Formats: sequence, structure tokens, C-alpha cells
Amino acid sequence: MSAQLDSMYQEIILDHYKNPHGKGLREPYDAEVYHVNPTCGDEVTLRVRVVDGTVADVSYDSEGCSISQASASVLADLLVGRTLADALTRQQAFVELMQSKGRGEPDEELLEDAVAFAGVSKYPARVKCALLPWMAWKDATDRALAGRGEREAVR
Amino acid sequence: MTYDVERVRKDFPALERRVHDRPLVYLDNGATAQKPTAVLDAVEEFYRLHNANVHRGIHTLAEEATALYEGARDTVAGFVGAARDEVVFTKNSTEALNLVAYAFGSGPRGSRFSLGPGDEVVVTEMEHHSNIVPWQLVCRRTGATLRWFRITDEGRLDLSDRDTLINERTRVVAFVHQSNILGTVNPVAPIVQRAREVGALVVLDASQSVPHSPVSFPDLDVDVLAFTGHKMCGPTGIGVLVGRHRVLEEMPPFLGGGEMIATVTMEESTYADVPHKFEAGTPPIAQAVGLAAAVDYLTDLGMDDIVAHEASLTAYALDALSSLPGLRIIGPTTPDSRGAQISFALGGIHPHDVGQVLDEFGIAVRVGHHCARPVCLRFGVPATTRASFHLYTTREEIDALVNGLEQVTRFFA
Repeated sequence: MSAQLDSMYQEIILDHYKNPHGKGLREPYDAEVYHVNPTCGDEVTLRVRVVDGTVADVSYDSEGCSISQASASVLADLLVGRTLADALTRQQAFVELMQSKGRGEPDEELLEDAVAFAGVSKYPARVKCALLPWMAWKDATDRALAGRGEREAVR
Repeated sequence: MTYDVERVRKDFPALERRVHDRPLVYLDNGATAQKPTAVLDAVEEFYRLHNANVHRGIHTLAEEATALYEGARDTVAGFVGAARDEVVFTKNSTEALNLVAYAFGSGPRGSRFSLGPGDEVVVTEMEHHSNIVPWQLVCRRTGATLRWFRITDEGRLDLSDRDTLINERTRVVAFVHQSNILGTVNPVAPIVQRAREVGALVVLDASQSVPHSPVSFPDLDVDVLAFTGHKMCGPTGIGVLVGRHRVLEEMPPFLGGGEMIATVTMEESTYADVPHKFEAGTPPIAQAVGLAAAVDYLTDLGMDDIVAHEASLTAYALDALSSLPGLRIIGPTTPDSRGAQISFALGGIHPHDVGQVLDEFGIAVRVGHHCARPVCLRFGVPATTRASFHLYTTREEIDALVNGLEQVTRFFA
């Protein structure tokens, strides 16, 4: 397989795709969202549980390509157990990386396995796949906080 | 003379391209077709020499542009056996279908174009979104009810409830001639026959059939036919609505503006005769000229030869794809009453991943729900991979696809 394709389908991504972490919908949760990528049919249902300003759980059920599936798995690994502020910083770093058109220099301290998606940012058609669970997480977290009047807390 | 696909390919500059250091294998013709030099030259020559607005001004260029634009109408009319004033140029099939659906919600009370509560519109589960959403919109606006034919497991229209689905409340039946996702070619006559019995109008979306097979508007006996230029080797930005003269005369206008009027006062306007009543504003002039060149090109090759070439390719591809382990064809698996669009699922590998790896081999396919999401829901898949052929597709390209799919399977194993 070509070097270019390998830059997208990193071993880490294929591993997360084949053995996703944290997959499956769990109770309890504070908010649930359903996001789709309308151009291609990737879907994710994602739940968040926020306890004492910390991301206590992210659970999800998803259907889609290897990139969107692996991205959800990496997200669960990276964000669960973090404070909301920390999780949001990392989410924003991931969004910036995906918008970098292949020119981003990812911070491995901050993004851990998610740095493997740097290559995906060169493929405009696939950026949405990678971002799908991250946008869903942000939406679900906003809703969870709005539900208890803490929305401004993470802004 | 036999159909010489290698000679045909020389007419298409894009087919000489290489992608990722491999020869381009373009199998995304259901989305849009490549353009022959004859079309590229016609568009360029129009802009170089004859560019002017149409139907206004009496200078030489304006007259040349008008003659070319109206000549294109003659050419397109001849291609589908319609009269010239039955041909309306639109932006694409989507606009043509929206025009008709909109009309059904805006006619004077009591006319056939005034849907209301109790009236029914019939479509099918097999439609492109462009033949579903406009009807949903007009039903919502008028209180009419949308109903639809279902699809059989084999990917054919289920006509078993035809006589109850199309009934005396039905005002319009809109359906696709050839499915863009399943490849199915639908029987037109039994639906037209039942629609006539109850006095409903028939709208046929021929976007995928007109580019690939001989289509005769009078023989189909439908009231309205819609198709688009870019899938038939013409430019983007031009579509065609063909309607029976009597139906078009009754149909209220869609877009208002210049060109579509007879007289205008501040209080009210009267409209131009058909087809101009439906062509508000500066039309796609160069695109019409390019479309006429595409029609001439297809006609010179011969639509009978094109349909035979594609039928042979489709049979070959169905055989070759069926031999791949884990590959499931979504749609008819036999070549009868089926066109050259083949959708499939490859094991559990998502179509996005299939398409990405194929691209690395220079192979262009479409992945996703193909703007026909109800079909994906019907077959329980989030998306499909679709290979679609055209008059320049070769068996070697289908072999390349099959080899590529073997690599995909290996990569994600």
C-alpha cells in the first residue's frame, strides 16, 4: 500500500477501528445526542456523564467508516476522567488539527493517540468523519450542562 | 460497424489522466459523466465568438446567441421525440422536478395544479431525494398526502398494491425511470395506465435513463420528463423539463422575472407562452449549446449501440463482482431491466474506506447514500459503494475494480 494511504490509515487508527474502546451505550448519563454525517451516512449516538466538573463517562453507539469509528474510540480514551476544562482544551486541539489541511503539528502530550489523525486532515472528504464524534461530544456536554445551568462554566 | 470503445475514449481528455500514478478508472458516471472534446469546443467557441444574451437586442451577436440557444432546444427536443415548445431548460433535474412540484401547490383553485387536503401524491421508495423532498414540501404546504410504492428484496418496484396506491384521490404520480442507486429500470406503462384511469398526471425522473438509452417522450406517454445535461456528457448547470404542451400551458410559473412575461404593470403580469414562461432570467446559454453538442455526439455514436455496450458491461460486472467473497449487490443481480449502476456492500467494510483505498489505485467510485437514503434504510445499510459505467467504460476497468476490491478486503482484514 502506498505511503500516502498509510499516512491516513495509521496502525493506531486501524487498531482502534478493529477494537474500539468504550463502545456501547451506558447508564447513567446526563445527555444523549445523535449526529450524522449526511454526505456519507456515518452515524453516532453519544452519551456523556458529567460528575463534579469531570467527564465521568462517554459512551457511544456508532456506525460508519474506520476513521469515524476509530475517532470515537480515541475520544473515549482521551477525554474520560478529565476535568471539563481540560477535555474541552483537548477537543479544541483535535478540531484545530483536523482543520490544518495536513500542516498541523500535533501536540502528542495533549492528544495522545489522536495525533494519528494528522494524516486524515489532508483529505477534506474524511475530516468530517474524524470530527463527527468530537462534535457530538461537545454538543452532548453543552446539553448536559445547560440542563443543570452550568453552561457558562466551560466557555 | 462495431462499437469501438478505444476510439470513443480518445474523445474524452479527462480519461487520459493519471491519478496517484495510475491510469484513471472513472466509474462514477452516475454522479456525472466526463465531457468529449466536441462539447468542450462548443462551449468555448460560444464564449469566444458568439457570446451575447438571448431574446433581446437586435445586434448580430445577440441573434447568433439566440439562434444557438433555440437551436439547442430543437436538438434536445429531437433527441427525445418531443416538440420544441415542450422543452424547458432548467438548471438541472432537481430544478425541473421542483418546478413541477411547486406548480402543484400554486394553481388556481379547482385546477389540476391546486393540491389540497384529501389529494394524494404518489412517489416511490426508490427515488433520488430530488423526487421526494419537493413533494414533501408541496404536501406540507397544501395539506395533501404523500404515499409511495415500496421496493422488493430484489430491488424492483413492488407494484402489487398499485391499484390502491394510485386511486381517485391521486393527483400526480412521480417516479424514477432508472434508479441511481439500485440500477433498476422501472416499468413505465403499468403505472401510466393506472394513472390515466384515475386522471393523475405522471412525472418521470429520467436523469439516469436518458444518458444511457434511447428514450422517447411520446412512447413513454408520461406528462412530464426530467433529465440533466451533465450526466449525458454535457455541461453542468443545465437540465431539461419536457412536458406535454397542454400540461405546460396549464401549469403555473415557478420563477418570475425577465423573459417569462408577456406584459408587466405594477399591479399584475401576464406570462410568455411555453416554454419561455418557465425560463425566467438569463438562461444557461453556453450550457445549452454544450448540451446540444453532447446530444449530437451521443446521436452520432448511436444510442442503440451505447445501450448494448453498457448492457454487456453490466452483465460482465455483475458476474465479476458476484465472484468476490463477502460482496453483496444492493439491487437486481441479473442484467435484465437494469442499468449500468451497481451498488454493493463489501463485507463489513464501510464504503468510505472502500472508496478511499480504491482512489489510491486511481479508481473513482461513489460512496454514501447516493441521495437515496430511504433505499439504504430499506436494505439495512448505512451507505453503499457504487460503480457506474458509461459509453467509454471498458472491461479492463471493471477488472481493475475487482482487483482493487480484493486489495481493500486484504487491507481491512
